[in-house]
Amino acid sequence: MLSQGFVSAAAIAASVLFILSLGGLSNQEKAKRAVWYGIVGMAVGVFFTAFGPGIGAYGWMIPMMVIGAGIGVYVAKKVDMTEMPQLVAALHSFVGLAAVFVGWSADLERRRVMAARAVEAGTEQFSAFAALVATKAPDELMFLQIEVVLGVFIGAVTFTGSVVAFGKLAGKVDGKAKQLPGGHALNAGAAALSLLLAILYISGAGFWTLLLIALLAFFIGYHLIMGIGGADMPVVVSMLNSYSGWAAAAIGFTLSNDLLIVTGALVGSSGAILSYIMCKAMNRNFVSVILGGFGGSQGPAAEIEGEQIAIDAGGVASALNDADSVVIVPGYGMAVAQAQNAVSELTRKLRASGKNVRFGIHPVAGRLPGHMNVLLAEAKVPYDIVLEMDEINDDLASTDVVIVIGSNDIVNPAAEDDPNSPIAGMPVLKVWEAKQVFVCKRGQGTGYSGIENPLFFKENTRMFYGDAKGSIESLLPQID
Amino acid sequence: MKIGAPKELAKGEARVALTPESALQLQKLGHDCFIEAGAGTLAGFDDQAYRDAGVSVVEGAESLWQTVDTVIKVREPSDAETQHLREGQTLISFFWPGQNEALLEKCKAQGATVMAMDMVPRISRAQKMDALSSMANIAGYRSVIEAGNNFGRFFTGQVTAAGKVPPAKVLVIGAGVAGLSAIGTATSLGAVVRAFDVRPEVAEQIESMGAEFLFLDFEDSQDGAETGGYASPSSPEFREKQLECFREQAPDIDIVITTALIPGKPAPKLWLEDMVKAMKPGSVIIDLAAEKGGNCDLTKPDERVVSDNGVVVVGYTDFPSRMATQASLLYATNVRHMLTDLTPEKDGQIVHDMEDDVIRGATVTHQGEITFPPPPPKVKAIAAAKPKPKEKEPTPEEKKAAELATFKAQTKRQATLLGVGGAIMLLLGQVAPASFMQHFIVFALACFVGFQVIWNVSHSLHTPLMAVTNAISGIIILGAVLQIGSGSGVVTLMASISVLIATINIVGGFLVTRRMLAMFQKS
Repeated sequence: MLSQGFVSAAAIAASVLFILSLGGLSNQEKAKRAVWYGIVGMAVGVFFTAFGPGIGAYGWMIPMMVIGAGIGVYVAKKVDMTEMPQLVAALHSFVGLAAVFVGWSADLERRRVMAARAVEAGTEQFSAFAALVATKAPDELMFLQIEVVLGVFIGAVTFTGSVVAFGKLAGKVDGKAKQLPGGHALNAGAAALSLLLAILYISGAGFWTLLLIALLAFFIGYHLIMGIGGADMPVVVSMLNSYSGWAAAAIGFTLSNDLLIVTGALVGSSGAILSYIMCKAMNRNFVSVILGGFGGSQGPAAEIEGEQIAIDAGGVASALNDADSVVIVPGYGMAVAQAQNAVSELTRKLRASGKNVRFGIHPVAGRLPGHMNVLLAEAKVPYDIVLEMDEINDDLASTDVVIVIGSNDIVNPAAEDDPNSPIAGMPVLKVWEAKQVFVCKRGQGTGYSGIENPLFFKENTRMFYGDAKGSIESLLPQID
Repeated sequence: MKIGAPKELAKGEARVALTPESALQLQKLGHDCFIEAGAGTLAGFDDQAYRDAGVSVVEGAESLWQTVDTVIKVREPSDAETQHLREGQTLISFFWPGQNEALLEKCKAQGATVMAMDMVPRISRAQKMDALSSMANIAGYRSVIEAGNNFGRFFTGQVTAAGKVPPAKVLVIGAGVAGLSAIGTATSLGAVVRAFDVRPEVAEQIESMGAEFLFLDFEDSQDGAETGGYASPSSPEFREKQLECFREQAPDIDIVITTALIPGKPAPKLWLEDMVKAMKPGSVIIDLAAEKGGNCDLTKPDERVVSDNGVVVVGYTDFPSRMATQASLLYATNVRHMLTDLTPEKDGQIVHDMEDDVIRGATVTHQGEITFPPPPPKVKAIAAAKPKPKEKEPTPEEKKAAELATFKAQTKRQATLLGVGGAIMLLLGQVAPASFMQHFIVFALACFVGFQVIWNVSHSLHTPLMAVTNAISGIIILGAVLQIGSGSGVVTLMASISVLIATINIVGGFLVTRRMLAMFQKS
């Protein structure tokens, strides 16, 4: 057994390592080291806590860890990079569920201690967490209850929310925003009821209150995320990330464990900032994203005149052969069609013939923050030609050819020109300023958000219809 | 259907409406092609080339007109040619129906269908048959070449052992197709090009070709979208301002290329005598509007004149014909596209669909009636430009004031946040037990560190960031570990499950992150 001093020292070391790990993600080279900081931090934290004073039950713990690690390795090896959003969402749900269980357990332990105190029995019989609870004063126990409620509530919302987000991202649940009749009033009602139950629980009601709170929170998590459309998924995923952190922090308070608190706070604030960045990138208010659906538009969208003109692979290829500078703007459509390898091959060929090929990535392209970067990296596109929206927007006017692959709203000129558009004011990639734009798209539809895109009707735009992967592959033999 | 091209009769016209290349394509549509002997010689296509392409060569104009059902030509028909027209025959050529009413009447009287290549509406779908643009493109290119021929210096600036050569300065007036083409040609020769147009929306196009747009700050500037992209006459005040601008440029400019035309009107006089006087000797003016009277006071159509101060003014009207091979190739392709639209089934049968915007627009006589002018096309050529709010460049003082204001606002916000945060801490401290407050300090500091650290994370690493934070949020395992040794069976069970799923989270999260980061590589 290691002494409490060791455990505390390990907690400090692990906290520092976690901070270094997150800070190290500031660039690609440092990031590779940063992951190791995280892994070492986690190993130190878990090892010293597990072999700290008064733990026991290794017969349960170690097999569970081994099995869990096995599943983790399997999942991490198997998952495709296009499935990253689903995986992240699924993993969030685990944290949420674990928080609920730990919260419940904490309350059960508290009850055992209270029961023992009531009959004035000794506290020696208690082990592990119960032993800690036994040392607490009554006002500390009251706060413990508040922390338990918070942990269980946030954990439960995270759990079902992540499960629904997973379903939507994996295509198992319809991606459209859906709500039960009653809408947000239902959520508000459930939240109010939870608050009432929480007050009951703190003033001494039985374990059933905590169960009910969890059930209500499960419902809120499910209903909240069901009501958010597919295009807002980057915000949802980072928001759930944030929640899982806050749940861990709340549990940390319950268990008086500083390492849990620090880590939970780091994760929570990281998710919150990511959500903020995503919202800003869409020029949306965080509240309006969470409440689902686009905010009411102020009038009819401007009508679009002109026609969409289609082009075949030969036309695109000859334009590419003539171009000196090419910018590729990928979107979720590229991920869906698994076209990143074809795009990478196209990039390689174009670069080999001396053309300046770059990628323009909008902050909310895809279904996860940074989604496109990961896919392009997987397909071995060098990261120094993959640029952010702000880095490339000024260069687009002097670009010969822009290829838009499966993105829609992020290149919609209505965001700038039409104050009545639902996405008015959202920063977009100004691809229409380039000499020629090819839009690689499955059909004439309006995409996830259902907003008409005037770009497709512009004079310098040609529509290259077809599955993104097939289309790009058909270009390859024609590029010299 | 039998399609044939006669020899052009107009003086100096070297173009031909059928090339061996377009004939091959027309035959694929099921048509038979005919050409008058010697029609292509001036454009560089001899009779043998046509024969090789499967075209029947016919001696004499008369027999050709009698043989074929559809005549394709470049210039509008002469009186003699009109006599050949017969009922049911189709003529496709430039026609200028607005200026040639008598000719239009004659063709109607003959009962022939006439399609004017100059009346093809300006919509995206019809671009492939827009012969005016093809010809204007050539005229623009040729005007620069012609200017180079008359200009005694290089276009491009050079520093050589024998001394420094300044670049030629070219001013292009009117940025239609010809103007833009001239800009492109002149810039690629290395000249410094400036351009002017009354339609401010073409500024972007001018700049995209590499020229500098001479901007006139004038309130009611024109919106070309209303007139299908063409210019319309400007107000006297605007004209005054414009001339003032040109007068300023004149002493500095070496080559002026004017292309300003207003549909159906004589060309506006834009380069006045005093501007020519102000130019340096040896400068060149190419007037592409010479046929419509010219933009320059000194222009004489079809002539090259030299002013008293040695400025060359070229007023040729046959630039496309001076590049007959290229012009014929493009024109024949335009005509071929028109015939493709007229032969929808590709079976050699011409279907004259008057419901089709393009065909309707180009047809000027049909079935013994004059169908000019056409109704406006159903599809508008160009979306109306939206007025752009002008952004004022802030003065340094305003900038400073704005910066100060934002700084003050930020200070205020931060101070408020700190104040509110402090107050909440104080209140919490009143009710919460000391042990809670200790943990709360840790929590607040951790949040703060988190906020500071995450802002620096690179945008492209957001997915790895999510994966890492996800993995370390598996720290919840500590909670389960702390409880698993409890005496209670239920607690142990729940803690075991928690350990299991938290471990999946930790291991899965870190491994996936490593996989992702390993993929990022520099080029």
